[in-house]
Amino acid sequence: MKNRKKKHWYDYMWIVSLSYLLLGFFNILFAWLGLLCFFIPLINSAVKGNKAYCNRYCGRGQLFGLLGGTFGLSRRKDIPGWMKSKWFRYGFLIFFLTMFAQMLVNTWLVFAGAESLREAVTLLWTFKLPWHWAYHTRTLTPWVGQFAFGFYSVMLTSTVLGFVTMILYRPRSWCVYCPMGTMTQLICKAKAHE
Amino acid sequence: MERKRRKAFVEQEYCVSCGCCVKECPVSAIQIVKGIMAEIDRQICVGCGKCAKECPASIITIREVVA
Repeated sequence: MKNRKKKHWYDYMWIVSLSYLLLGFFNILFAWLGLLCFFIPLINSAVKGNKAYCNRYCGRGQLFGLLGGTFGLSRRKDIPGWMKSKWFRYGFLIFFLTMFAQMLVNTWLVFAGAESLREAVTLLWTFKLPWHWAYHTRTLTPWVGQFAFGFYSVMLTSTVLGFVTMILYRPRSWCVYCPMGTMTQLICKAKAHE
Repeated sequence: MERKRRKAFVEQEYCVSCGCCVKECPVSAIQIVKGIMAEIDRQICVGCGKCAKECPASIITIREVVA
């Protein structure tokens, strides 16, 4: 039985996600646009009480679906039980938010003048990759750049993690432990109990 | 005589409500209820197993049930 569902404009959001990642290689300030992927799902779930963002508009999920599914880069194996457990999902959410807060603190330190701007992207919260070629606007207040480097680090790290689990398990394995997905589901649960 | 049909079942406790199954279902038998979990309308489900194959958490199973 072939799935002949009509394609919608939002089925091409993977192009936006891919463009976002690529733009970060040329000008790190584009990283600020990633805030949309942060606030839209949260606001949507808080206002409407659904996960329309995950279900329809998430470009990253679509990108993994395309690479792992259509392009066949995924082994299509079951993810381990622990990875779908609530402990891991909530634990990863807490860890992710802690790292996010740390990124905000770093931005604050640069804003306050306590630290200078580091033109690097931190991959997997550990590896500092030189990224100076993507920072051109040195007349800009430094904290704007620091936030961009920090936010892009978050986005690139989660893409790498999602890519690895896409290859090892199923195309959209990232969706199982995606912190945004976990957060929006928690908001929906809270809304449903109102 | 009892007729058996294949139907999809979701282990709802572990559902992350990502909606992958909804996109795959060729007969639109699945919906995400209140952003919390996937629910299958077994009156519509034809038990093709596409959702089970796509579910990233592997929590959809196809079982034979008496029609």
